[in-house]
Amino acid sequence: MSSDLTELYQQVILDHNRRPRNKGRLLAANRVAHGDNPTCGDQCHVYLRMDGDRIAEISFEGSGCAISQASASLMTTQIKGKTAAEAEELYRQFHEIVTTGKEPEEISDLGAFAGVHAFPARIKCATLGWHAALNAIKGDEAPATTETHSD
Amino acid sequence: MASPWNKVRDDFPVLHQQVNGKPLVYLDNGATTQRPKAVIDALSRFYEMDNANVHRGLHTLSMRSTDDFEGARSRIAKFIHAAAPEEIVFTRGTTESINLVAASWGGANLKAGDEVLLTEMEHHSNLVPWQLVAQRTGAKLVYLPITGDEGILDLSQLDKLLTPKVKVFAFTHVSNTLGTINPVADLCARARKVGAVTVVDAAQSAGHMPLDVQAIGCDFMAFSGHKMAGPTGIGVLFGREDLLNAMPPWQGGGGMIANVEYLSSTWKPTPERFEAGTPNFADAYALGVACDYLDSLGRPEIQHHDGELARQAYARLSELPGIRLLGPPGERGGLVSFALRDVHAHDVVTFADQDGIALRGGHHCNQPLMKRLGLTSTTRASFYVYNTAEEIDVLVASMRRILKFFGGA
Repeated sequence: MSSDLTELYQQVILDHNRRPRNKGRLLAANRVAHGDNPTCGDQCHVYLRMDGDRIAEISFEGSGCAISQASASLMTTQIKGKTAAEAEELYRQFHEIVTTGKEPEEISDLGAFAGVHAFPARIKCATLGWHAALNAIKGDEAPATTETHSD
Repeated sequence: MASPWNKVRDDFPVLHQQVNGKPLVYLDNGATTQRPKAVIDALSRFYEMDNANVHRGLHTLSMRSTDDFEGARSRIAKFIHAAAPEEIVFTRGTTESINLVAASWGGANLKAGDEVLLTEMEHHSNLVPWQLVAQRTGAKLVYLPITGDEGILDLSQLDKLLTPKVKVFAFTHVSNTLGTINPVADLCARARKVGAVTVVDAAQSAGHMPLDVQAIGCDFMAFSGHKMAGPTGIGVLFGREDLLNAMPPWQGGGGMIANVEYLSSTWKPTPERFEAGTPNFADAYALGVACDYLDSLGRPEIQHHDGELARQAYARLSELPGIRLLGPPGERGGLVSFALRDVHAHDVVTFADQDGIALRGGHHCNQPLMKRLGLTSTTRASFYVYNTAEEIDVLVASMRRILKFFGGA
């Protein structure tokens, strides 16, 4: 097994892929957004219940590769309870991690995705769920697609 | 004993490299094949010796270039047993060829109430062009179903669907996802009885088996150079001469006109009518050379070689726990597509790439078919003249490692 591969598929990622957290439809949702990657057919729905500016509850539904599913799962655990601004800041950090491969300064499960940067074609997989979540937070009902933002 | 096919590998420079530290195992031929040195050299020779615009210049180079271009047209006509070179229109590829038929023939001949019969296994390139012309004309799209995972056309439905309302029946020769070889001659004969025009998508067959458009009896056939050892950016539309000459131009410009006035023009006959602007003459020339190369190996032999590798791969992969194989178990084109338990195709492809293996993972431009089969994506291994039984061993070993890595999920 190459070291790049074990970096890409870290235990955290395999675990989230095998046992996704917060997966399923959230009946109490007051925001929904959909993300898709037309190149590979990956899909992700994100459901939110916003309580004021705070993400009170979050879930996702979707299908796709281990990277996209694990990333969406981890994303829900990371931004639950956060404000919209905090969620955006987390995405900024996550984006930095997957595009540069730099581990975050603070210890965080997000660092598990650092290996993605060695596989540029997979960065879109890792960011799909995040894009859908940010759209849901903004109340943007238009589907997030990996083709309309940089990655 | 070494197979004579092993020598074929020497003809393809790109194969002799390592990818991620492993010898390249190129199994993405359904997407594009590699080109032999003969084709690469022909392109260089053309640019170094003969290059000039065709049909325009009266000088020596232009005449040579024109001879090379028109020679390729005749060569390709012979390659598929067309009645005349005028039945060969050069396009950018299969997609453009089908768009040409749908827009020009379809635009002129379809009206509200007419039906376009397709099959459930069509590639987006033989589906979306018909959607576009159906939206424009009010014609309706109708689909011949497939039988399920074994991916065979359900011919018991054909009589019911192939009514006189059907004006065009368009279908693939070999499915790019299932590997199914469709009974094209039979489908054309049955379409003819109701007066429907037939369009055969030969993208996955042209480089893999003998083709005879007269024996098949199709009205149109489309294929791409890059899937048959030829260059990218060049493809072919075969059309019956009487049909082509009755069709309006698709694009306007130089080279396709008989006479131009400020307010109107008249058109040349086929093939020039459909080749507006400077054609891709260099790649057309090299496509003719690719035809020579394939015939030097023998197309019946290529069909046997690729089909045999696909059958072996199907049998070997079927031993893996939880694998779901698509397409017919017996006779098939040179590809196998499968879902490896619950491991997503993109994870499979990334892993295999680390073993030096080039595979395709995804929906293969077959989204409706994937939905129909309850899948979002599959992994595909597709074979060509230079692939070997040893490479199937490498593939199967890699798939076993992937299953082990992702564990008993």
